[in-house]
Amino acid sequence: MRAKYVLSEVMTGLWRNVTMTIAMIITMAVSLTMLGASLVMYHQIDQMKSTFINNVEVSIFISNDATPEQITSIGDSLKSDSLVKSSSFEDHNQAFEKFKKMTVNQPNLVAVTTAANLPQSYRVKLKDPDKFADINTKYKDMPGVDNVVDQATLLDKVFKVLGALQNLALVLAIAQGLAALLLVANTIQVAAYSKRREVAVMKLVGASNWFIQSPFVLEAMFAGIIGALIAFGGLVASKVFLVDGSLKALSALLGKVEWSTIFWQLPLLVVAGALVSGVTGWVTLRAYIKK
Amino acid sequence: MIRLENVTKTYPKAARPSLDSVSVSIEKGDFVFFIGPSGSGKSTIVKLLLREVTPTRGKVVVNDRDVSNMRSWRIPNFRRSIGCVFQDFRLLPTRTAYENVAFALEVIGKSQAVARRVVPEVLELVGLGGKEHRYPHELSGGEQQRVAVARAFVNRPLILLADEPTGNLDPDTSIEIMRLLDRINRTGTTVVMVTHDSNIVNQMRRRVVEIEGGKIVRDQPRGVYG
Repeated sequence: MRAKYVLSEVMTGLWRNVTMTIAMIITMAVSLTMLGASLVMYHQIDQMKSTFINNVEVSIFISNDATPEQITSIGDSLKSDSLVKSSSFEDHNQAFEKFKKMTVNQPNLVAVTTAANLPQSYRVKLKDPDKFADINTKYKDMPGVDNVVDQATLLDKVFKVLGALQNLALVLAIAQGLAALLLVANTIQVAAYSKRREVAVMKLVGASNWFIQSPFVLEAMFAGIIGALIAFGGLVASKVFLVDGSLKALSALLGKVEWSTIFWQLPLLVVAGALVSGVTGWVTLRAYIKK
Repeated sequence: MIRLENVTKTYPKAARPSLDSVSVSIEKGDFVFFIGPSGSGKSTIVKLLLREVTPTRGKVVVNDRDVSNMRSWRIPNFRRSIGCVFQDFRLLPTRTAYENVAFALEVIGKSQAVARRVVPEVLELVGLGGKEHRYPHELSGGEQQRVAVARAFVNRPLILLADEPTGNLDPDTSIEIMRLLDRINRTGTTVVMVTHDSNIVNQMRRRVVEIEGGKIVRDQPRGVYG
């Protein structure tokens, strides 16, 4: 009986205020889409980091006037270095082959380059990729070493761009979330005002606070959950049309976005949407009813 | 049943207290008028008894419960033992007489079966038999107040509070409402009525507590308006 009463109150409440309900759902949906997108991105970046970091190399370039003895002694100290996981030597020809692969679209550039122009180097993998500074100080002044380059510093720039994008999505999610919050608060106040007579009578005859508040709170939660479902739909659509569609070329860099990552967002978004709107509704109403 | 012990109520920003160290005791089954000019503090008593406000100092005891320091989550249950009637009826305009009374039962968790049994009975008691399905705007002022009384009484409260219940009614209708309150009082319900309707007070000859400037200036059994 009470459940029936509460449910019918929720439905009439949503319908009576249908424009506000739609506004509430839309802002909720946009905010939760942003939240979902930034969560997916966070996951992707994390995954990228672990795959890239494992493949990251330190290049120790050999100066052109280095003697073969110097080169060998560098190789020997690398082999006995406790920081080094593995190392390999790349001579002029190997460097030239690599260069040709990288510049396959620029035959003119290849034509003017000779193998001797390209520096020889040691390709070193570190046990701990963060220990680059130690390697750098140890080898950069060794005779025959031209300079030491860490690929990770290049990757850092990429990660910084991605991190900025992710933060942007998060900031947008928070800003939208705030708007959604205020809309929920306002909608609930309007709803409570339009039912002020009922609320006054309920208080007078001793209806429990839970009973007075639940239709309003459920109304807000309903909007939150619908918003979350739309946001989830938005994520699925962006996976289909963007990640697997027009931005497919980027997947080499960004890594594949798995369906499981997307599906994980559903419970998260629903809980976030229901919780945020429900709590906002409850707090707003509490202040309203206490008056 | 009801006890005010040295109760002082000063509203925020008010220069002087609405009630100033008031003590009064009301027994079960009593019928008491609180009278006094506007602003004398008599409505504050109703608010204190309903626990809509708390006393600044002193103790308010209703149905053996100390209302002054009652936890807020206990208030709803406490109010179920008190019926309340106001000058402006406070009926729900979109609901019929029956539905208005049934609403009061519904929202405290009573089943529809209980409502179907009890509501026609109480509407009959207040003299609205046959008008159950009229909306408030289809009823006269006196009839609307009867619906309000029915709503206040349907839960068989121990106390009925009436805040100027005849304030919006003509003299004849007022007397009918008073007869109704008298009948409810005879069932053992304590009735506390705030009024400045001298005609009513003089006719009823019940206990009169007169308040002026926040203080009790007269407490007289079988009194008149004065």
